[in-house]
Amino acid sequence: MHGMETAICCRDLKKTYDGKVEAVRGIDLSIATGECFGLLGPNGAGKTTTIEILEGLLEPTAGEVEILGMTWAGHERELRELLGISLQETRLSEKLTVRETLQLFASFYRHPASVLHVLEELSLTEKADAMVGKLSGGQKQRLAVATALVGNPRVLFLDEPTTGLDPQSRRQLWEIVRQFQRHGGTVLLTTHYMDEAERLCDRLAIIDYGKIIASGTPAELIATLSGHHVVEFAIAGGNGVGNEVWARLPGVQKVRSEDGFVALRVDEPHHTIPALLEAVHTQNAQLAHLTTRQASLEDVFVHLTGRHLREE
Amino acid sequence: MALPEIQVEPPRTEIPIAVNGRWAGYRSLLMARMKELWREPEVIFWVFVFPLLLALGLGIAFRNKPADITPIAVVSNAHAQSVMDLLQRSPVKDSIHADVLDEKTALDRFRLGQYALVVSEDDNGLHYRYDPARPESVLARSQVDDALQTAAGRTSPVKAEATQSSEPGARYIDFLIPGLLGMNLMNSGMWGIGFAVVDMRQRKLLKRFVASPMRRTDFLLALGSSRLVLMIIEVALLLGFGVLVFHMQVEGSLLAILLVAGLGAICFGGVGLLTASRAQKIESVSGLINVVMMPMWIFSGVFFSYERFPQIIQPLIKALPLTALNDALRAIILQGASLGSQWAPLAIMAVWGGVSFVVALKWFRWS
Repeated sequence: MHGMETAICCRDLKKTYDGKVEAVRGIDLSIATGECFGLLGPNGAGKTTTIEILEGLLEPTAGEVEILGMTWAGHERELRELLGISLQETRLSEKLTVRETLQLFASFYRHPASVLHVLEELSLTEKADAMVGKLSGGQKQRLAVATALVGNPRVLFLDEPTTGLDPQSRRQLWEIVRQFQRHGGTVLLTTHYMDEAERLCDRLAIIDYGKIIASGTPAELIATLSGHHVVEFAIAGGNGVGNEVWARLPGVQKVRSEDGFVALRVDEPHHTIPALLEAVHTQNAQLAHLTTRQASLEDVFVHLTGRHLREE
Repeated sequence: MALPEIQVEPPRTEIPIAVNGRWAGYRSLLMARMKELWREPEVIFWVFVFPLLLALGLGIAFRNKPADITPIAVVSNAHAQSVMDLLQRSPVKDSIHADVLDEKTALDRFRLGQYALVVSEDDNGLHYRYDPARPESVLARSQVDDALQTAAGRTSPVKAEATQSSEPGARYIDFLIPGLLGMNLMNSGMWGIGFAVVDMRQRKLLKRFVASPMRRTDFLLALGSSRLVLMIIEVALLLGFGVLVFHMQVEGSLLAILLVAGLGAICFGGVGLLTASRAQKIESVSGLINVVMMPMWIFSGVFFSYERFPQIIQPLIKALPLTALNDALRAIILQGASLGSQWAPLAIMAVWGGVSFVVALKWFRWS
């Protein structure tokens, strides 16, 4: 309904720790009401620092923040009533039950949501009287999000909400986020999972070394790559074949080789693949592996930085 | 990836039903804190059971026994029988137990502490072997000599009369219970606030709280209030235990005792908050808490009177908050002193608590 209103906005945000470590080096964001916006980047890129400045938990070294048209300096109390925040790795009291934990957080808000309703919404009703210490990782994470939702917020901040969760718990959390969004809520989340960013976020910003290096919808970001498809293969028994052989194949935009695998970014796989098979044959080599897939945000990140999102 | 279930949008009928008042957060924080404490068996043990066990053990070990019977040895020789006869005729014969032994055995057992005195008589008269370094030996010498001389016919030139008198509240257990109460208030204040705060900081729960509209003052108030609730239970348990098990007399008013104990609990809560104001890890705050409490365990007169320490450090000892708490508790519980007469120790606690609290707030880190 208020699609065009700005919910979160910051200009030229900077944060320097102890006068030397520059965690955030000038970030601008403008997030519309009702949007789900993602900050995607590797660990240590400055995502948490950025989101904590926006949450009013850290003082920026420079720059301005406006949430729902208000600043932290002028309207801290009003803002706290309107935001739901889930931090990275909060360990809630283990000796309280799920219901007691939610009642505690609800009591901080003037107009909280009904605890029963939030329990229902987050599939925690069955666990309502279980001690927090007895919950699984996924249930704990849902509870953390529940403590944010129980305040009936208009904006939800989630810092790495699915890190360390199994695929099913992750999908469950995504569904919760979508549901909040369907009710008109605005979401800002950080993640280092590209699939999460791709499936959940309307728009996202890729952050590296404290700066936004690209932003847009997932589709727009992938479209910035020349070559939307990736053909990946490996030559049996290693390869004595130089990358220049593959670069000459029709439609190949870029070649990367890594751990014996070669990844070709191509526009039209149906032209490239026959030529690739032909070339392998002429080199007297054999394929050990061949796949083709759509280019992903991971490829965008690799293209922009030369590194993977999650370096082992 | 679409989930098989059919999504029917519930209309957002959620008109917030509850409107929370100003103190809703405080009440919930206090309730949550009490529940957490109650569900932690270690807390129950250290705060409630351990002091009682300590009181029981020490109370039994140092209980006032009826006047001891003095064990002495009489060297068996020609005169031994006359010594025994004299003792039999003494009016205090019941408080002396004498064995007749050969000299070597008598001396060996005397050396081992089994006998307090060795008596031998020869033609020159009585001979006492005693150890001037052992109080019971010195006592036995004069006791036995007195008994023997009186039995032999000595009369006292001056008439003397003695009346027995045991002061109420002068037993060791009477001294101990208020001291244990003071120490317990210190322990639970320091751990209950200091440890709890750092634990919550380490778990990032403090940060999560300040990310919500929770009022920071409510959080601190709730912590302090939980201490006061526990304080009432601690006082009731320890005093009740002293009265029921050791027939201790509580001379002062209960209200005065609770007010002093409450001030003590708040004072150590403040000191606990100060030790916890910055520490990031429970390991480091544990060390800090022990460093702060150690001198008070030793100097503040928990188990024995601090008067035993040299005169020169007495002013320092009296400036310690636990000394002040123990002094005030003892004066009120044992001597029935009024609250007003204890203004000096109360002021000392107020200053410690107040200054710690203000500095703690200045240094405090929520994350």
